[in-house]
Amino acid sequence: MSSTKFILGCFDDPDNMMHGIENLQKNSIPIYDVYTPMPIHGIEAKLGVKESRLGYAAFCFGCLGGSVIFSILYYTLVHDWPMNVGGKPHFAMPNFVPFTFEWTILFAAFGMVFTFYAATHLFPGRAPRVMDLRATDDRFVIAVDAKGNVPHDDITRLLQEAGAVEVKHNERKYVSYE
Amino acid sequence: MASHSESIIREPLITGKDITYAKITNDVLFPVENKPNMAWWVGFTLASLGAALWVFSISWTFWFGVGEWGLNKTVGWAWDITGFVWWVGIGHAGTLISAVLLIFRQNWRNSINRSAEAMTIFAVICAATYIFGHMGRPWLAYWTLPLPNQYGSLWVNWNSALMMDVFAISTYFSVSLIFWYTGLLPDIASIRDRATGLRRRIYSVLSFGWTGSVKTWQRFETVSLILAGISTPLVLSVHTIVSFDFATSLEPGWHTTIFPPYFVAGAIFSGFAMVQTLLLIARKVLGLENYITMFHIESMNKIILLTGSIVGVAYITEFFIAWYSGVEYEQYAFINRATGPYWWAYWSMMTCNVITPQLFWFKKIRINIPFAWVLSIIVNIGMWFERFVIIVTSLHRDYIPSSWVMFYPTWTDVGIFVGSIGLFFTMFLLFIRVLPSVAMAEVKLLLKTSSEQAKKKLIDEGHLDPTHVDDYTTALEKYDSVDLTQYQKA
Repeated sequence: MSSTKFILGCFDDPDNMMHGIENLQKNSIPIYDVYTPMPIHGIEAKLGVKESRLGYAAFCFGCLGGSVIFSILYYTLVHDWPMNVGGKPHFAMPNFVPFTFEWTILFAAFGMVFTFYAATHLFPGRAPRVMDLRATDDRFVIAVDAKGNVPHDDITRLLQEAGAVEVKHNERKYVSYE
Repeated sequence: MASHSESIIREPLITGKDITYAKITNDVLFPVENKPNMAWWVGFTLASLGAALWVFSISWTFWFGVGEWGLNKTVGWAWDITGFVWWVGIGHAGTLISAVLLIFRQNWRNSINRSAEAMTIFAVICAATYIFGHMGRPWLAYWTLPLPNQYGSLWVNWNSALMMDVFAISTYFSVSLIFWYTGLLPDIASIRDRATGLRRRIYSVLSFGWTGSVKTWQRFETVSLILAGISTPLVLSVHTIVSFDFATSLEPGWHTTIFPPYFVAGAIFSGFAMVQTLLLIARKVLGLENYITMFHIESMNKIILLTGSIVGVAYITEFFIAWYSGVEYEQYAFINRATGPYWWAYWSMMTCNVITPQLFWFKKIRINIPFAWVLSIIVNIGMWFERFVIIVTSLHRDYIPSSWVMFYPTWTDVGIFVGSIGLFFTMFLLFIRVLPSVAMAEVKLLLKTSSEQAKKKLIDEGHLDPTHVDDYTTALEKYDSVDLTQYQKA
């Protein structure tokens, strides 16, 4: 049994990497993940990644923010301490607009971004789980789980045929834990 | 999709030969990974002297009170609010570039958005210092928040535009900060994976463990797009609300409905001028000519021309409406602006904001770097005068002629203003040393489609309409970073 844990196909060109994905998929080899220094458009469809639902989160948080500040305004201006300003109505909604708007944006932005951080496991101090250090620089890396996917030489060949500049047989999953 | 090639008619956004993904990383991270050069040290020394002046002047104000400023019974707002509105306005360009241009899919934003967003954050910090400074008792700043208290609870005055400002500015600052930082994560990860030792540990914490996996990028793009979508109305609302500070009063010269759009246009105008001031220097000092090209410079100059003209129309409209309203006090406020004791401020504003930016109609001037730089400074001087004119000349002659006065700034006023410029540049110079000043991931995205070398390859393949190729090579003439000799044979 080989001690290889992960096979990494490192490409220097995103289009070649896409061919690499196609090659692997044609041969029914499951792809663990793909690491790239920039977003690759169209890769989600290829890998079957579902569309992000963060927009719904943003909408809900926005509604929450607007409701919270509107309630505070209503409570303070109308219920708790109504003030007589030249006989004008206490419930003067036009004045509520800027506050409601600002907090809708504030909650939507922070709610969505923190949901993104939580869903993607991003937080200060998280140990980076990096498989190849150049994946944030100039390498487009396809990672294949080596366990159960044999023979390794075939995978290597498929990646090289697509134009991989280097194929690594890593014995550790992550290289960033030194 | 990366393999899609862009029309040859469009000018390239990345110039230079042999640009690779690795070269982009190397070029952008050069100032971060190496010791700063002499130019940086000279700039940093000057800027920190300014920042020290700011610390001294603002501490003086906190210790002795706003009585140390040149304010008097008639002119109760002067350089403080002038400085505040000036800085907030400058901040607007960053959000405009990062959000509005993203929605409109203007790819040229990719190489300037990072530094423009940083500029936004530092400018809003400078603006906020004026808010705290002019409170008189800044340690009671939390009174602007609707906190339960033992006076009733006596709540904040929600009907005041100043309260709306508290919410607008704080939301704007925090949303800009999170937008900027989320965009920085992939680039911080690039620094992390190239660094060693302590640097690596620091950037590791700052990178939040970014890996660049498919799902991360997909969510990242969703987040960026939605943040852009909500930041666009946010940025328009912020300067609208700043203008409410004046427009909701009954002061002649302030009480006008034109203020919100006019302030927003002015904000974009001054913000782009400040971006230009910073980037024309930065591209040279940091060696980023291939990424911040003449196309970027010219595009920004066109925006300055457009917004400057909008501001000019607003000035004239304001004047016309003052006359047309038939309100004697309103008319006097405007005649006094143009011909009264502050005529020089009014005409400085008119010259710097309306007349000189019209020079940008000439292409030769739009692509002349020294000229564009000087004009960008002139715009910022003009925009400072605009706020000074609106604030001080409207106040200094009120309804009772016996209380008419002039405003004379004290050294504290001057110290805080000059110091805040120092503070701004100190923060900006530190930023370009520790964080990537260009969004690397987003620039890499353009390499295969919009770069000069990709288009050169298309030309060499030779399936293009020759007139298009001619148009393209003519368009390249304005670039200072393109070697034209290689196109001669074509």
